[in-house]
Amino acid sequence: MPTALAPRDYSLTGPENRRAGERGLADAEWYTCLIPRSRLKELMQRRDGPAIRDTLLWFALLIITGTLGCLTWGTWWTILPFTVYGVLYGSCSDSRWHESLHRTAFKTVWMNDALYELASFMVLRESVPWRWSHTRHHTDTIIVGRDPEIAVPRPPDLLGLALSFFSLKSGPREFHRMTLHSFGRLTPGEATYIPEIERPKVYRNARIYLAIYLAVIATGVATRSFLPLMLVGFPSFYGAWLLLVFGLTQHAGLAEDVLDHRLNCRTVYMNPVLRYLYWEMNYHVEHHMFPLVPYHALGHLHQELKADMPKPYDGLWAAYREIIPTLLRQTKDPAYHVQRLLPASARALGSTPQPAS
Amino acid sequence: MWIDAVNAADIAREDVLRFDLGERTFALYRTQDDRYFATDGLCTHAKVHLAGGFVLDQVIECPKHNGRFNFTTGQAMGAPACVNLKTYPTKVEAGRLWVNIA
Repeated sequence: MPTALAPRDYSLTGPENRRAGERGLADAEWYTCLIPRSRLKELMQRRDGPAIRDTLLWFALLIITGTLGCLTWGTWWTILPFTVYGVLYGSCSDSRWHESLHRTAFKTVWMNDALYELASFMVLRESVPWRWSHTRHHTDTIIVGRDPEIAVPRPPDLLGLALSFFSLKSGPREFHRMTLHSFGRLTPGEATYIPEIERPKVYRNARIYLAIYLAVIATGVATRSFLPLMLVGFPSFYGAWLLLVFGLTQHAGLAEDVLDHRLNCRTVYMNPVLRYLYWEMNYHVEHHMFPLVPYHALGHLHQELKADMPKPYDGLWAAYREIIPTLLRQTKDPAYHVQRLLPASARALGSTPQPAS
Repeated sequence: MWIDAVNAADIAREDVLRFDLGERTFALYRTQDDRYFATDGLCTHAKVHLAGGFVLDQVIECPKHNGRFNFTTGQAMGAPACVNLKTYPTKVEAGRLWVNIA
């Protein structure tokens, strides 16, 4: 167990990986709330309409704010449109990336895949490695040594977290990996979850990403202007802060190595504007428990499950009132974590609905 | 070997049902136009029962990682599903769904 003197090894190739397997935490069966199959089937239904509407609005907002940024370039006024543009580009792309990765945003498959490729580039995540990384995250959510997407390993790196508000920690890492991939290589951790058959796509896409970035830089040099980079590339950094504000609420400070998403995910109530920007990922327990349910149905799923869930947080402020003190305490006591209170109705782990046989 | 599996009507239209036989587990499907199919019950990507998944037309989507398979052919339709599913012949007799698990 973690102690103040012995932080855990969060790599996927270290002793914690083997230990997770020995403890039955790898590729394990997770707690599932009961919901009638007929109702779940209704909630899993795919639709194109909501995501087309939301995506067109997103594109329109990007075009409007980007155009205003260009028109005001060279004046202090440019800060305003580029602040909004950056958030739309560097933060909203995260939730679009996420939902289209699961192919639940649209009913039409190619629309999901097209949005996924675009949003992957915008959020600075290579599409193929991150698809496999996120697949593992759903298999082994916050299992140390297995989950490559644990955002806040203990003890928390507070400086690293501060830098992450502008992707100054993850951004250079992503460019390093992109360069590595462009030379036909993976990191040792990636090699544990990206199958051989997918690796040529990793290398090809990395070369495409780098070619785009080089083209944007060349345009900036040719025009002697930073403006091209303000529109493509740099927003992944200066616009990333809301991504972190949203993203930390998902798992930060909660339990590690538990097979119950109610204990290691948060559901946070948010207003409609934030839910639009975040594409309903505030219903994070529900999403992890039933990843086939599209974003636009997660609110309904929440209503079905909430009696068997811990109390949701009443907003970002309520979540951060818990997260900040917890992370500060974890810097001195890495074993400390928030213990979510389960309702009395909770069933034992593994007691999923029984099949017909 | 043909096995008498379930009442055909127990599977809802455009849905899937789990069927266990000893150590083996299968997924049984019924299409919108009342055709029946059977595949191995676990996703080829991870050990997850497909019966918890979502059926749309002739595609089953794994409930854990959204891996997609054409359940009429077993074909894997893209990452994270990269290995095809094994399929089994079916027939309906007197309202019962039979599966040839040989």
